[in-house]
Amino acid sequence: MKWDTCDASVQYLLHLGDDALILGHRLSEWCGHGPILEEDIALSNLALDLVGLARQYYQLAAQRIGDGMTEDRIAYWRSDREFRNHVLVEQPNGDFGDTMARQFYFDAFHFLQLEALQHSSDIELAAIARKAIKETTYHAQHSSEWIVRLGDGTDESRVRITASLLRLWPFTSELFEPSSVDRAAHAAGWGPDVASLRGPWLDLVQEVLEHAELQLPESPAKLLRGKTGIHSESLGFLLAEMQSLPRAYPDATW
Amino acid sequence: MAPKIDMEARFLDYVSAENKVEPKHWMPDAYRKTLVRQISQHAHSEIVGMLPEANWITRAPSLRAKLILLAKVQDEAGHGLYLYSSAETLGTSRDQMIDDLHTGKAKYSSIFNYPTLTWADMGAVGWLVDGAAIQNQVMLCRTSYGPYSRAMVRICKEESFHQRQGYELMMHLARGTKEQKAMAQDALNRWWWPSLMMFGPSDDQSPNSAQSMAWRIKRKSNDELRQEFVDKTVPQAEFLGLTLPDPDLKWNEERGHYDFGPIDWAEFFAVVAGNGPCNTERLEARRSAHAEGAWVREAATAYAAKQAARRAAAAPTAKASAA
Repeated sequence: MKWDTCDASVQYLLHLGDDALILGHRLSEWCGHGPILEEDIALSNLALDLVGLARQYYQLAAQRIGDGMTEDRIAYWRSDREFRNHVLVEQPNGDFGDTMARQFYFDAFHFLQLEALQHSSDIELAAIARKAIKETTYHAQHSSEWIVRLGDGTDESRVRITASLLRLWPFTSELFEPSSVDRAAHAAGWGPDVASLRGPWLDLVQEVLEHAELQLPESPAKLLRGKTGIHSESLGFLLAEMQSLPRAYPDATW
Repeated sequence: MAPKIDMEARFLDYVSAENKVEPKHWMPDAYRKTLVRQISQHAHSEIVGMLPEANWITRAPSLRAKLILLAKVQDEAGHGLYLYSSAETLGTSRDQMIDDLHTGKAKYSSIFNYPTLTWADMGAVGWLVDGAAIQNQVMLCRTSYGPYSRAMVRICKEESFHQRQGYELMMHLARGTKEQKAMAQDALNRWWWPSLMMFGPSDDQSPNSAQSMAWRIKRKSNDELRQEFVDKTVPQAEFLGLTLPDPDLKWNEERGHYDFGPIDWAEFFAVVAGNGPCNTERLEARRSAHAEGAWVREAATAYAAKQAARRAAAAPTAKASAA
């Protein structure tokens, strides 16, 4: 299967699905290890929503590819060079502050992205977005509340969340740099011009940071090309773990 | 001393007549203590029990399986919450109970000190471990302490769903490739005996059982529950085409029950004493999650206190401006 030459609408769905799957997978790594039981439940909920969303995108992609393609073949049989997620979402969990900073940046982007996708000319994609935006609204509320709590909590939490926000900041630039698939999707009316989301995203982020009495981080953008399949080194390990069983028993079904 | 004896006798009459005890009722100190020990141990089992299953969430072999497993482990966290809350009604805080777990003062079910080595363990744990737990928990839906009994009703509904998911997974493997079937059999071999041990020592070796039965906390003996579980599980294993690892297992027409071989109680007591394959890792995982999360909990508490102070400071002003 040549993933980079398949139909543009399929490539766009893979990009959307990969963000959801990889971030959901990362969040699921917290299960059983959260800072408090209530948060263990909350992080699992985010993971369930995101992996569930990935399945919807992949199922639609599989249907469009045809030929017996399945969601699991899409998730378990592509290599790291064939994944199209943003480098931000594959970043390791770090501590709770790092996880929340990653989530906060992504949730604000995801919300704006889904807001646009609700009006996609691809009606099946629009239907998925309408359902997902309800969940994402809660995700954004949850991560924003934690940014405020950690920013305005103790001296230690303030130092730690400030460091996390700064550490993850350089990964946010990729969200607003259109790939060729983003451009094709925008031209066809399927999705937003991601560059245009940067302003509203900054407004959302800034509002919460002000509330938390935190500064907008300042650090140069990184050169990132996750959307074209050039990832950080951590994705290979994530996929090696995630894909191990189907690849060890290629004749089996699960 | 005389009035105290009266109270205890009255209490015994009250529970014997199948009445529920509620948090504000008078109860013997020993009843309260027994319940805190039992409910907190049960809560700890839910929380520690998340670990062996969470071990496979990142390796679940299909997206559907990943969601099912994640949702299941999340349910266990929810059960832990109901149970801690129910134990708190007896006057012991969640923090205290968690400290007791971390210092080794409180126990949790020994079954979670065994490792989950293959994907088939997710099936075997759901089918056998949750199955054995349900056997016990269905009985506890009728326990005499109201908040515990009501928590158990909710928990049982979810647990029986988990058990069916576990059985479905085993069935899928048992009907899969040769390797998958072998994986399922291997998991059954490793989990069968520890599951039977989950019901605890035989009745004559179980020091707290008689008193708990009199108080209607416990409704059936360990051996009765174990026998019910064996009787229920043997045909399920047959249906899967898997073999239970017990050469002495056979139907006893006269008793109307399956006979089964002797349980290795030396193994049971070794695991209870802390020498099972994973005791150290499980407790360490809990301790380190708690320690690493301390700054987050402190921040949340400090923020809540600041917010409350801000509200208090704002309130008179609001009143003044309204006037």
